[in-house]
Amino acid sequence: MDAKEDLDVKIGLEVHCHLTSLKTKLFCRCPADYYNKEPNTNICPVCMGLPGSLPVLNEQAVKHALAIALALGSRVSQKMVFYRKNYFYPDLPKNFQISQYDKVGGLPLATGGQIRLKDKVVRIRRIQLEEDPAKIVYEGSISTSPYALVDYNRSGVALVEIVTEPDLTTPKQARQFLQKLRAILEHLGVCNCDLEAALRCDANISVRGGYRVEIKNIGSFKDVEKALSFEVTRQKMLGAKRGMETRHWDDVRGVTISLRVKEEEQDYRYFPEADLPPYIITEDLIAETLAAMPELPDARRDRFIKQYNLPHQAAEILTSHKSLADLFEKSIEKYRSPLRIANWLISDILGYLNRKDLDPSTLKIAPEDIAALARAVDEGLINEQTGRNLLLKAATTGKRIEQKIFAEVSKIGDEATIKALVDRVFKENEKAVKDALKNEKAINYLIGLVMKASGGKTDPHITRSVIVAKLKQLS
Amino acid sequence: MTNIDLRSAKRLVEAIRLGEVSIVDVVEASLNKIKELDKDINAFITINSKKALAAAESLDTKLKRGEKVGALCGLPIAVKDVISTAGLETTCGSKILKGYIPPYDATVVAKLKEAGAVIVGKTNTDEFAMGSTTEFSAFGPTRNPVDKSRVAGGSSGGSGAAVAAGMVPLSLGSDTGGSIRCPAAFCGVVGLKPTYGSVSRYGLISYANSLEQIGPFAANVDDCALLFQCISGWDPMDSTSYRNPPKVESSKICRRVAVPKEFFGEGVEDAVARSVWRGIEALKDGGYVVEEVSLSTLDYALPAYYIIAMAEASSNLARFDGLRYGLSLKSGYRDWNTYFSKCRAKGFGPEVKRRILLGTYVLSAGYYGAYYLKAQKIRNILKTQFQQLFTKYGLIAGPTMPTTPFKIGEKIEDPLLMYMIDINTVPPNLTGHPAISVPVHKEGELPVGLQIIAPYFCEERLFQAAKIVEESLRRQ
Ligand SMILES: [Zn+2]
Repeated sequence: MDAKEDLDVKIGLEVHCHLTSLKTKLFCRCPADYYNKEPNTNICPVCMGLPGSLPVLNEQAVKHALAIALALGSRVSQKMVFYRKNYFYPDLPKNFQISQYDKVGGLPLATGGQIRLKDKVVRIRRIQLEEDPAKIVYEGSISTSPYALVDYNRSGVALVEIVTEPDLTTPKQARQFLQKLRAILEHLGVCNCDLEAALRCDANISVRGGYRVEIKNIGSFKDVEKALSFEVTRQKMLGAKRGMETRHWDDVRGVTISLRVKEEEQDYRYFPEADLPPYIITEDLIAETLAAMPELPDARRDRFIKQYNLPHQAAEILTSHKSLADLFEKSIEKYRSPLRIANWLISDILGYLNRKDLDPSTLKIAPEDIAALARAVDEGLINEQTGRNLLLKAATTGKRIEQKIFAEVSKIGDEATIKALVDRVFKENEKAVKDALKNEKAINYLIGLVMKASGGKTDPHITRSVIVAKLKQLS
Repeated sequence: MTNIDLRSAKRLVEAIRLGEVSIVDVVEASLNKIKELDKDINAFITINSKKALAAAESLDTKLKRGEKVGALCGLPIAVKDVISTAGLETTCGSKILKGYIPPYDATVVAKLKEAGAVIVGKTNTDEFAMGSTTEFSAFGPTRNPVDKSRVAGGSSGGSGAAVAAGMVPLSLGSDTGGSIRCPAAFCGVVGLKPTYGSVSRYGLISYANSLEQIGPFAANVDDCALLFQCISGWDPMDSTSYRNPPKVESSKICRRVAVPKEFFGEGVEDAVARSVWRGIEALKDGGYVVEEVSLSTLDYALPAYYIIAMAEASSNLARFDGLRYGLSLKSGYRDWNTYFSKCRAKGFGPEVKRRILLGTYVLSAGYYGAYYLKAQKIRNILKTQFQQLFTKYGLIAGPTMPTTPFKIGEKIEDPLLMYMIDINTVPPNLTGHPAISVPVHKEGELPVGLQIIAPYFCEERLFQAAKIVEESLRRQ
């Protein structure tokens, strides 16, 4: 699927982002860090929804959500109101979720805003703050599991919901959008997107004005693209069912499965949460958040272009992964070779990560090593190819590069050494020498033999001139 | 020492401090009285004898050592069974919570313990506080100590009856649309619904969370004020509790009383009206200026109240699904919807089901605007009108209940007739104002209550006025 606009397709995304930098959950004082804990130990009366418990808003969560809204250029409400979204499910201890509402009477944290892709502007519909439900664990798959286990450790963790307008027209665009959003969240420092379930996405898709289909359970950005591609093809061939269909992405089989079809949208009976007074978002808080706003990916890209003379494309790629952009800047702080280092990070390192399906943040490579390699190449100590090989090796093993390696791998450039090697090769390959005497093109074969004998370390230009000179003596 | 009079908290505290009686004596007297009377009255769902006596003993020890014991100094107290008590079963008068033992204390319970009170038991209530007679309790109705064939009022009927019968000097109730003031009026005791946000709701199992407050019952005004002081104040666990209540300045209008004629509308028994007017006359004699006024929005208060209360109830009670606490069914239900529906069908009584259904209906798409939003509009108009009235008057007064307590079973078959008796008590819940019910002169045996409403955080003003009414009764 290419990035060309497919005007038959309308895709909207609903992204849920955990505010992982918070210390506590959204409405109680339980730690927000629920990872790797015994099930049902990270809980209290509030996040278990025990009778009589009441929510108290974590104001830090408002600040983080506000930073996201401002970063996306959204209109921030002066007053934010929480609503109850009522539905029965075992992962929802109160059987309602404290969320926000953007229809009549509702005042979500923010509305509007946009994210710019390369040749597309995706509009944001709303940004709101809500609590995460608990986690349901099945034995095997949903349909065959004899029971469901509920772990409330995650219950009540702060989520920011970001909903787009149906502006996306290709699955690839959807992926690019998510990539960009992720880079923004990473630069804001509000979400460690690598953590399990920290960034989740549901997608709405309609083809040729047909009924809207919602796809749930999409685990990764790659899967968003896959699931949407599957859906585009499926709907183009079969059409959508009448009514609102919800489908489930089965990442093992690579297909979407129908969960339910409804004539009308589910009625969540939204109404204001009277246990939480409306929260006033003051001009001061907005000014404070704006003042503390870190450099965002677009600004950083433009600075990379200006400051380091990087091509637009390279700057764009680097800044769409915060950890890669950070590695780049730290490396060139040590040795200023921006073009070479950018090139290495993009084609070698990122290429390797994509092949292995790894995230740049998992890289364990020291900026000092990248700088040293770039310097060694610039100084002629090693050649470009060797530099790239060493870099890749460091990336795959996670080990530091030792300085002495530069001496070992440095090319053999002195004529005496090369002459000795050539003499040996001539002695061992008399037939090839005879051929070369007759046919000038066969010289390359001799050069190859010498290179092989040296382990590729001899300088090819000097080798050629030594061989040509020796052949002249023989003829 | 079984002949200790439990009707005055102040006197009991004095006696305990002077060493005339021990705390164990007082708590035992209370437990004995409960044992003696509660078979007939059914004010209690759970009696906490063992722990209460242990607490009393340790408080006595503290007293002997000269340690601080707090303002309630070992007084036995009853707590409505919709308020969470750590380690003590809390049922809300419902089968669905039978066996539920909260792992935490409501803030008010923690405050009671800090003030040295001893909880002797949990009192009967209409299921989830939904009712006006305590007949809708899964544990049987509470009978009025004045006439046991009659209702005690509700929903905090158990707490009202326990004080009226002299089983405890003090008790806590909750008031969503009159649930403290109604039993106070019906049983002939004093009951206060505080300003919304002055007492923490943390641990109060919600029926209609934007309307309700926990409040005190006592046999007299001074005791009621004492208990209110002990339970009120800001609580960081309740975002709707006030941290810095506005300072109330006293002025000439404090002693001006408005009596809306709508409070004496059809349905108010003549004898009740006469008794209430005698109470109002007592205020006049005490130097208050009384004027009749009209507040036409009051006619819409009852429907607005029921729509909002039921809407909130439908959501607040959703959590009772048989999964984490209380009633649970034997397995064998693979489908979640079937399981929780069966549980709720089995666990909830008829009035709770009625309110959940109606509340779900008024919040549904297409009806939300016609019911819920309209009710909120009426609520806002009423709030504004009360505020305006309070720029000219210091208090508003009228009958708490339109009738005297009726026979058990008399109205239970007719929900609308039952809802009608809340007509005068719901306005302060909609507006958030504090309101007290204080007994006035009765023509027959059955008690009548005068309701007095004050501006926000002016509970003190209510106590002053109520005391004048109380004293006029004593002189008679
Ligand atoms: Zn918690």
